[in-house]
Amino acid sequence: MGPPSSNDAPRWVDLALLPAVNLLAAFVVAGLVILVLGENPLAALGSLVYGSLGYAEAIGFTLYYATNFVFTGLAVAVAFHAGLFNIGGEGQAYLGGLGAGLVCLALGSWPPAIVLPLGVIAAAAFGAAWAFVPGYLQAKRGSHIVITTIMFNFIAAALMTYLLVNVFIKPGQQSPESREFEPATWMPFVHEVAGAFGVALAKSPLNLSVVLALLASVALWVFLWRTRWGYALRVVGFNETAAIYGGIAPARVVIAAMALSGALAGLVGVNEIMGVQHRLILNFTGGYGFVGIAVALMGRNHPVGIALAALLFGALYQGGTELSFDMPRLTKEVVVVIQGLVILFCGAFEGLFRPRLLALFARNAQAPAAAAAG
Amino acid sequence: MTASAKPPAIELRGIDKRFGPVHANRDVSLSVPAGTIHGIVGENGAGKSTLMSILYGYYHADAGEAWVDGKRRDIRTTADAIAAGIGMVHQHFMLVDTFTVLENVVLGVEGGALLKGGMARARTELGRLEREYKLDVDIDAVVGDLAVGLRQRVEILKALYRGANVLILDEPTGVLTPTEADHLFRILAALKREGKTAILITHKLREVMAITDNVTVMRRGAVVATVRTAETDASRLAELMVGRKVLLRVERTPARPGRVVLEIDGLRVTDALGIERVHGVSLDVRAGEIVGIAGVAGNGQTELIEAIAGIRPIAAGRIALNGETLAAPEVSLTPRERRERGLAHIPEDRQRMGLVVPFAAHDSAILGQQANPAYNRYLLLDRRAIIDSCAEKMQRYDVRPDNPRLISANFSGGNQQKIVLAREIETDPDLLLVGQPTRGVDIGAIEFIHRRLIALRDAGKAILLVSVELDEILGLADRVLVMNEGRVVGALDAAEATEHKLGLLMAGVTKAA
Repeated sequence: MGPPSSNDAPRWVDLALLPAVNLLAAFVVAGLVILVLGENPLAALGSLVYGSLGYAEAIGFTLYYATNFVFTGLAVAVAFHAGLFNIGGEGQAYLGGLGAGLVCLALGSWPPAIVLPLGVIAAAAFGAAWAFVPGYLQAKRGSHIVITTIMFNFIAAALMTYLLVNVFIKPGQQSPESREFEPATWMPFVHEVAGAFGVALAKSPLNLSVVLALLASVALWVFLWRTRWGYALRVVGFNETAAIYGGIAPARVVIAAMALSGALAGLVGVNEIMGVQHRLILNFTGGYGFVGIAVALMGRNHPVGIALAALLFGALYQGGTELSFDMPRLTKEVVVVIQGLVILFCGAFEGLFRPRLLALFARNAQAPAAAAAG
Repeated sequence: MTASAKPPAIELRGIDKRFGPVHANRDVSLSVPAGTIHGIVGENGAGKSTLMSILYGYYHADAGEAWVDGKRRDIRTTADAIAAGIGMVHQHFMLVDTFTVLENVVLGVEGGALLKGGMARARTELGRLEREYKLDVDIDAVVGDLAVGLRQRVEILKALYRGANVLILDEPTGVLTPTEADHLFRILAALKREGKTAILITHKLREVMAITDNVTVMRRGAVVATVRTAETDASRLAELMVGRKVLLRVERTPARPGRVVLEIDGLRVTDALGIERVHGVSLDVRAGEIVGIAGVAGNGQTELIEAIAGIRPIAAGRIALNGETLAAPEVSLTPRERRERGLAHIPEDRQRMGLVVPFAAHDSAILGQQANPAYNRYLLLDRRAIIDSCAEKMQRYDVRPDNPRLISANFSGGNQQKIVLAREIETDPDLLLVGQPTRGVDIGAIEFIHRRLIALRDAGKAILLVSVELDEILGLADRVLVMNEGRVVGALDAAEATEHKLGLLMAGVTKAA
């Protein structure tokens, strides 16, 4: 026996109001922090919003960050639907970048129409392979996916450091990075593409990977909710016993779901390596893999929600940079605190206000308890 | 009813409770005289459990009063209920398996920070209770080692130790052998002699008739009648519960068995821990007959059915369908391959296995059929076809509400079972495996499900039925096998099977008359 369920509140309360309230709570606490540091919280908020959405270049940057969060958010979501908690997005993205980088380094003289798709495929394949191993170990050996994926993050970091320091480093160079790729392998910038059509857009790192992110979102939605393989994946996630009964082999689904998850995370490599850096460098993943967990949680593991949550986090990343520029007392570290608060309230404390909100909006408000038995 | 001067042990007045749109209790009034055994019967969702949960302090009523021994009590928590002398024995026991009986009983009422003194007092008191009511429980035994019937008596002991004068028992015999149930009834009779009161929530009318003094019948949240047990009978009660005449046993013609469909030879099945659960079972099922497997839950029936369905691997022996080997030491077809060869399976636990509870009904209705070309168009699932097919089945199997988009969890037990039944029967199988088809299903739906199974048999299909309900086995099976500790210990024809004979075999007495 438990308390009566009151999930008869309107859906928008759970889907829209709750995230908004969480976000508000995060901003209130962040505002207090800013106040303590002697700055005006409202001015800081204004700077944050202007810095992320106030002018064309800022919007470009925001969308560029959001692209990464869409990939890692989708990666977390697809694993989650199969009942798996993949926290190895960081390592899978890192390896995805390696895959893309290898194609660009090796096939730089090939035409873009061939190299670009190959780079995308390589990024996905490397990410998938990096997630396949933990998936296999989970399915066949019962090694817990949370433990193995996080260990694979460390292995990925060590591997990349080794490769960059010992293999890809430019001769006679101190900094551990590869040579620059040939321009034919660069994922075209959105402002360049728009310029080719006569539309002038502000310069920003936003590249065609954003289109890839949108396609991936739609494709994942179709896969999960409109194909028999997605059906099998969701059955395994909800109820493994029912899956076995229904002739679905959970081990195979677990491995496939992890590989798919890794492939999506690996696409971060396309945005970063082929889109912006144009060479292999260290630590280009910058925590996107971990923030993807918060994005998926806030977006309710649904592609539409993930896209919106990714935009929010993209705005925070971009606006935060501007904020510390505008208000020197709010250092980069304070910006990280604000981002952390948003993750905390929208991620870890995601359900903090839910019971009360749902009770408040329950369609048939219960009669006052005072009138009851006794 | 001797103590007419005493106020009622429990009196509920005008209890009303809503859960959102569901009106679970409508103005329920109920009076239970002290020193009686009172039955509360009703279909699933009739509001019996809600009412008792309100009395025991789990829920708070929206309106109404509770009176205990003539005094009005405000019961807001289970602690209030216990203080008022109310005890509850749950359907699912609330015991710590690794503790002894004594430790379980004192849990929560240890009487001080140090266990020693409280334990000694508890030991004396428990010994007294145990003797007085002939509970036959060793208070130093570890609960995990006890049989189900004994664990239930530990629950009773727990309630009595906390000073319960009124004992609420929620479906107490669902997990018991007939012998254990008889013992429980003797204990209840002893409690009654001591002036204690028992409230029995059940759907088994036979038990109500056998043991209660008064019966309250509930339907759709309201009390429809409270009668003296001596002045009514089972079919009258069934009619009150459902609101129309029901057949407690479906009419059927003798079976005309045909060729052998399922053949099992020397089957052994071990569980995940390596313990053998099925010890060399051989049986066959022919077309056009229902073979029933009777037995107390946990004697290998589940493992047997799951091995046939391909959900569990086999350790030895052979399973064949229509002459083709499904499983043998070197062969094992997957569940899906077995389905493709004409096997269908209504699992005993629809919540855990038969449905995906958070899915919409139409998605649960294709579980196991997700690769069926009828539900797919090229790479995509054909949603239109899936929803239409589900709606059409809901019509024919009288599923209510008949909305394919509703979440599976929101259907009542009987309607969930009909969704599973429709899905499995509509695959037109040669062999249907059925586990506990009417567990937690209300009487009206039981009749419907039984009719469908008989119709399938008459259409020349083979059915292997596992049930712990003897009534169901006797009402449906053309041949009865009894399983005890993983072995088939008896085989009877429908004509010679009686409750008494089956009861003895189930209890492991192999030399049945």
